[in-house]
Amino acid sequence: MRESPHSRNGAPRNSKASSVALPHPEEEWRGHLAEGRLMIQRSATTGAYVFYPRVLAPDTGLEDLQWVEAAGEGVIHAMTIVRRKPPEPDYNVVLVDLQEGVRLMSRVVDCPNEALAIGQKVKARIDDLEGQKILVFVPA
Amino acid sequence: MNGQGFPRGKAAIIGAATYGIGRCPGISALDMAAHAGILALLDAGLRLRDVDALYTSAPYEALGGMELAEYYRIQPKITDCNRTGGSAFEIYLQQAALALDAGLIDCALIVYGSNPASRPPAGVGMTKQSPWEAPYRPLAPASSYALAASRHMHQYGTTRRQLAEVAVAARKWAQLNPEAAMREDLTIDQVLAARMLSDPLTVRDCCLFNDGAAAVVVTRADRARDGAKPPVYVLGAASVVTHREISSMPDLTVTGAAISGRQAFAQAGVTPGEIDLAMLYDAFTITPILFLEDLGFCPKGEGGRFVEDGAIAPGGKLAVNTNGGGLSCVHPGMYGLFLLVEATRQLRGEAGARQLNSPQLGIAHGNGGVLSSQATVILGTAATC
Repeated sequence: MRESPHSRNGAPRNSKASSVALPHPEEEWRGHLAEGRLMIQRSATTGAYVFYPRVLAPDTGLEDLQWVEAAGEGVIHAMTIVRRKPPEPDYNVVLVDLQEGVRLMSRVVDCPNEALAIGQKVKARIDDLEGQKILVFVPA
Repeated sequence: MNGQGFPRGKAAIIGAATYGIGRCPGISALDMAAHAGILALLDAGLRLRDVDALYTSAPYEALGGMELAEYYRIQPKITDCNRTGGSAFEIYLQQAALALDAGLIDCALIVYGSNPASRPPAGVGMTKQSPWEAPYRPLAPASSYALAASRHMHQYGTTRRQLAEVAVAARKWAQLNPEAAMREDLTIDQVLAARMLSDPLTVRDCCLFNDGAAAVVVTRADRARDGAKPPVYVLGAASVVTHREISSMPDLTVTGAAISGRQAFAQAGVTPGEIDLAMLYDAFTITPILFLEDLGFCPKGEGGRFVEDGAIAPGGKLAVNTNGGGLSCVHPGMYGLFLLVEATRQLRGEAGARQLNSPQLGIAHGNGGVLSSQATVILGTAATC
């Protein structure tokens, strides 16, 4: 597990703001994604998983967030299909619940929009989108 | 805290106005807000120099409160330009009631104007898109509400036809309101057949994006009784924020209205069954369904069945959004103040062809963001104060 500068076992390194510019958790998350890993944060103190990535843990405000690799298993919690004028293709937007208990927005690919359903199991995949890595899901 | 310290009935709306609903070309959003404010003061029999608190949410200017104070050349003791979206105005009424009761101020003007239809803001949005949502290109904000609707349909069997009932009821009320922008006949089948935007929401499930301005004047109840028109008393006011983006909403089928509503009803000492008029922010057809449930007009999950068979249309079992709502009357971006204006008109008996039979209690429920901020106000007449 890669240690993040923001995750020294929950102990704040310094009560003052650091004078060293650290990568923001959002950049770290993208860095992990570029390396092919879906990483999410977990509070070392409470064990609660967190998404989106933050500097401080929600609920407690502790600086104790550590990166852990997510299993990539999820379930479609809610979905919509954005309709566009042909020939532009419609696309779906979903909220996925990861098995770790966090919810995030994404898209299900390799599956016709009409075949998608709430409750459907999906698996994470990292795709390229216009030169950037993007988290998507495919039917499990 | 249960909010029981709220000064029930000690503040009242004594002036209300709308301006420029539909299309309002040639002037700015600031000019529109200024117009609406002056009309509301005229309605109250007051003048600009009486105003010592100014509450406004300028559509394109972060420092809009100071901007409007300068425009009017007044020096308010309280100036606010809060950013809880369309719910800001119900929160302003709450804050004004508290400040009036504390003796900080004597007369609050709550005002808003926006003309996106006539003057499309050239990319001067004041919110950033979430980096966690932007890559998936949800339509902002329709797809967020569509996601909530999809979950409600999945969990409770709510149907597109029930959503369409909300749009049709709004249109039927709009047909009784000369000010409403959309007054042509609309049927459930037409809503169902309308262009799909973001499933399950068609363009007819979505609010308008037209021009409009509104204002209300608020003062202490003792002073209100000397006014030109019957005061509309603030019996309860409560609010809550639960999230910013839809992916962080704690439960897609339960809004913060369950929290703000419970508190506002407790402050007012009334129950949903006593309410004569429900002004429920209808940004999309799913929102009044959620609010009917969360405010206690029906059990959770029953909102779709509640609105069936014209139940919230003229002549139905509960009068909802009698001005035609955001769906058929006006929605210039932040609609919350229009809820208060319509409730005031109804409780005063000034609503013309759509006037309810002697309503004594109204609820105005504002919504901001993507179901993110919820604010409930309960209003009454001298009989219920």
